[in-house]
Amino acid sequence: MTPPIIQFDQLNKWYGDSFHVLRDIDLSVTPGERIVICGPSGSGKSTLIRCINRLEAHQQGHLWVDGVELTDDARVIDDVRKKVGMVFQQFNLFPHLTVLENLTLSPIWVGKLPKKEAEEKAMVQLERVRIAEQAGKYPLQLSGGQQQRVAIARALCLKPKIMLFDEPTSALDPEMIKEVLDVMTELAGEGITMLCVTHEMGFAKAVADRVIFMDQGQIVEQNNPHDFFNHPQHPRSQDFLSKILGH
Amino acid sequence: MLKRSPNQKRASWRSPALRGRLYQLLAIGLIAAAVWFLAHNTLRNMALRGIQSGFDFLSDPAGFDIGESLFPFDSGQPYWQAFLIGLSNTLRVALLGIVLTTLLGTLLGVGRFSRNALVRGVCYAYVEVFRNIPVLLQLLMWYLLFAQGLPAASEAWTLGPLFLSKGGLSFPIPVWSGAGLVFDFPVKGEFAIEHGGSLTPEFLALLLGLTFYTAAFVAEVVRSGLQSVDRGQREAAVALGLSPRQSMRLVLLPQALRVIIPPLTNQFLNLTKNSSLAVAIGYPDVVSIANTALNQTGRAVECIAIVMAVYLCTSLATAALMHRYNRRAAIKER
Amino acid sequence: MPSESSPTTSTFQPIAPRPAPRQPGGLLRWLRVNLFGDWLTGLMTLILGCALLYGATLFFSWAVLRAVWQPNFEACRVDGAGACWGVIAEKYRLILFGRYPFETQWRPLLATSLLLALLVASCTRAFWHAWLALLWAVVLAVFFTLMHGNVLGLCLVETDRWGGLPLTLLLASLSMALAFPIALAVALGRRSSLPAIRTFCTLYVELIRGVPLISVLFMASFMFPLFMPEGFTLDVLIRVLLGITLFAAAYMAEVIRGGLQAMPQGQMEAAATLGLSWWQTQRLVVLPQALARVVPSLMNNFISTFKDTSLVTIVSLYELTGAMSLALNSDADWRPFMLEGTLFIALIYFVFCFALSRYSLWVEQQVNHGTPR
Repeated sequence: MTPPIIQFDQLNKWYGDSFHVLRDIDLSVTPGERIVICGPSGSGKSTLIRCINRLEAHQQGHLWVDGVELTDDARVIDDVRKKVGMVFQQFNLFPHLTVLENLTLSPIWVGKLPKKEAEEKAMVQLERVRIAEQAGKYPLQLSGGQQQRVAIARALCLKPKIMLFDEPTSALDPEMIKEVLDVMTELAGEGITMLCVTHEMGFAKAVADRVIFMDQGQIVEQNNPHDFFNHPQHPRSQDFLSKILGH
Repeated sequence: MLKRSPNQKRASWRSPALRGRLYQLLAIGLIAAAVWFLAHNTLRNMALRGIQSGFDFLSDPAGFDIGESLFPFDSGQPYWQAFLIGLSNTLRVALLGIVLTTLLGTLLGVGRFSRNALVRGVCYAYVEVFRNIPVLLQLLMWYLLFAQGLPAASEAWTLGPLFLSKGGLSFPIPVWSGAGLVFDFPVKGEFAIEHGGSLTPEFLALLLGLTFYTAAFVAEVVRSGLQSVDRGQREAAVALGLSPRQSMRLVLLPQALRVIIPPLTNQFLNLTKNSSLAVAIGYPDVVSIANTALNQTGRAVECIAIVMAVYLCTSLATAALMHRYNRRAAIKER
Repeated sequence: MPSESSPTTSTFQPIAPRPAPRQPGGLLRWLRVNLFGDWLTGLMTLILGCALLYGATLFFSWAVLRAVWQPNFEACRVDGAGACWGVIAEKYRLILFGRYPFETQWRPLLATSLLLALLVASCTRAFWHAWLALLWAVVLAVFFTLMHGNVLGLCLVETDRWGGLPLTLLLASLSMALAFPIALAVALGRRSSLPAIRTFCTLYVELIRGVPLISVLFMASFMFPLFMPEGFTLDVLIRVLLGITLFAAAYMAEVIRGGLQAMPQGQMEAAATLGLSWWQTQRLVVLPQALARVVPSLMNNFISTFKDTSLVTIVSLYELTGAMSLALNSDADWRPFMLEGTLFIALIYFVFCFALSRYSLWVEQQVNHGTPR
């Protein structure tokens, strides 16, 4: 059996002294697995995936990413971040750089690639998300859907083993959601490990290997999409699903 | 059946346009009356006291020497040349001060985000101390330090070709001589440092005092500019693997610059205006020269008008330059 | 890929929230992370730490260990003596009260305490009512009576003998109090649709903001007497006060205008639909919100004005800085110790301004309670 690429072991996190945001999380992710995490707001879903690339630090428990345990050690954190790509809800593209420069920033300064090579690799990623013609534009000149696709390409330039998506379509106008989800679906078919926090249940049904439902800092239920959506077991999951799928 | 009101343009008391015009007339009338009143009094008082008016005094010989200047000057030269020298002195200290304070202030502002708690603490303490003491007091302290703390010229401190003493800072300057461009090195004479270029203690005190004072405000401007950059930008940079120094340099500072430029310009203007305090420590800037001229000729209105005109022009020029820079550096949007 | 169908559902037990565990290591851990996180940080800590320690020991040795505390200038001139704090003990009354007659210095002391109490009161919530303005008027009247005298058996003391801390406080607070209504009028005028008023206000603000305070003080000092009709003399204190007031008013006007501009258009529209006139809208809707928003910036203005009062030294009014220079320059025995005198008043300014800026931060937090995050 292949060793898990991400392993949470009794992970606990607090904000400040009193807000217990992640409670005794146990989770194993096999390489190439595609996971959708859903749940009400405040349940800790974003915090969970942000722990994987150390944007948030846990206070108790253990977390292994690609065989290495995540600690305070800066070198370990840097190594892990090179293997994990992240796509944010607010895109977080660098507005003072062109699209191409956004993509080549990390390969040049962190990957130490020469500029030409970085640009060639960046153009490959831009073509992958079908936005190559916008390479010379500035982010604020693009639509929301275009910006998010650029953000996905930017994360892919690192050649990550794991891709994290933190509500990637929540800030988009409805007509732009599909173009981003299409890119994510294509990505899912290529074997990369994906953890996606999202409310897009259609995407979950089509792509996910596992759906995890979180509430109040805990994993309440996890199952394959078909069983989760059609036969939710726990009253909290049933309540949540009725709210989302109702309208 | 609805009654239609006639379509006339009747000037009604309630019409806002008419009232607006009335208010304006009233305002203009009041201001004109006030100006006339002040002008009338001024002319009468000046006639009574035998004060002459007009800018003709500018071509009269100045009758005083100027402590330091970039160009040679003696008391026989006209007032307008004295004013020009004052202006050059002001610009000299202002431009150098602006460059130095930007460097120091940026370092301090960025230092507030350092991982090292000691660096953060020092930057914070610097800002609080230098912001809360009046600039005049700081200038006096620097001047006292130079006047009392530095040794006499015969025992000047040396650092390579540089000399530091009560006579100021002496350094080698390039001079055009028969053999082309050579350096004129300062040499320790019997009572003073001879040859070479020099910066007087007054200039140094003014420059350092203004630089260190304004740097505290520049640091705050830089700090709040950096804080205003969206948190997500820092997270994205970090998620891409950039080190804190790299993300500061490549992502945060460039974006913060746009927020920083307008208040930074304000600080440059403040530094220029504060250089007018040179009159308190004896550096001959334009205010100091105007003060001397005023006391000698009694032409208060003219001298003060010249000073105000000089500073107004500097303010407008700086504001215009920064406005153009801001335009060019703006983030391109749809 | 096969999914791990862990039967979480059947084993799910809700976990109650727990308090966070205490951080191990405490101070030592904080030191390690914040001062020695990586080699570069550690190196900087060492260099900076050594430099600071060296400087601190030098200063401590000069200012405390070798210092002379008695007012004995002979002891101060001994070779190797440190700071001469005796100069403060000897001259503090001259520094604090200027040239005010020695025997009657209880009057400026009382007046200053009253004014300070008024300023502190104005900062506390309990006093934020309409009658605060009346209180200001009363206290200021008492202040002037005490300082000027000539009534109730108090001897007359001319304004050019006022000096030191009372003068600093008076100039700062009175000029701010007078500048506020002027600034309000000018700010509203700048946003007026009437071009004459708008131009005049804009010219005033841009002219004053473009020139240094010293030139405004020179103008006040030399030119205001020329503006007065025959026989009318303007007291030097009034002249300087007018100069500072006009200067402060221009900057305050800009601050208030910023607050007015940040007002959403919808507020004016809502007021219009309710039938309020322009004046009513300003008074009931716009100004309360705008002014609350700019209180921190107004506090900054006050701190700046407080520091700017030091400039009146140059036009021969001996407030704190001037009084100190006067006190020490006129006495050859104590003149070499001007640095100590300067440090003393620097401390006074620092205490005042730092307290004001802390208070300003507190006010900002209070004001922000109402704004949505």
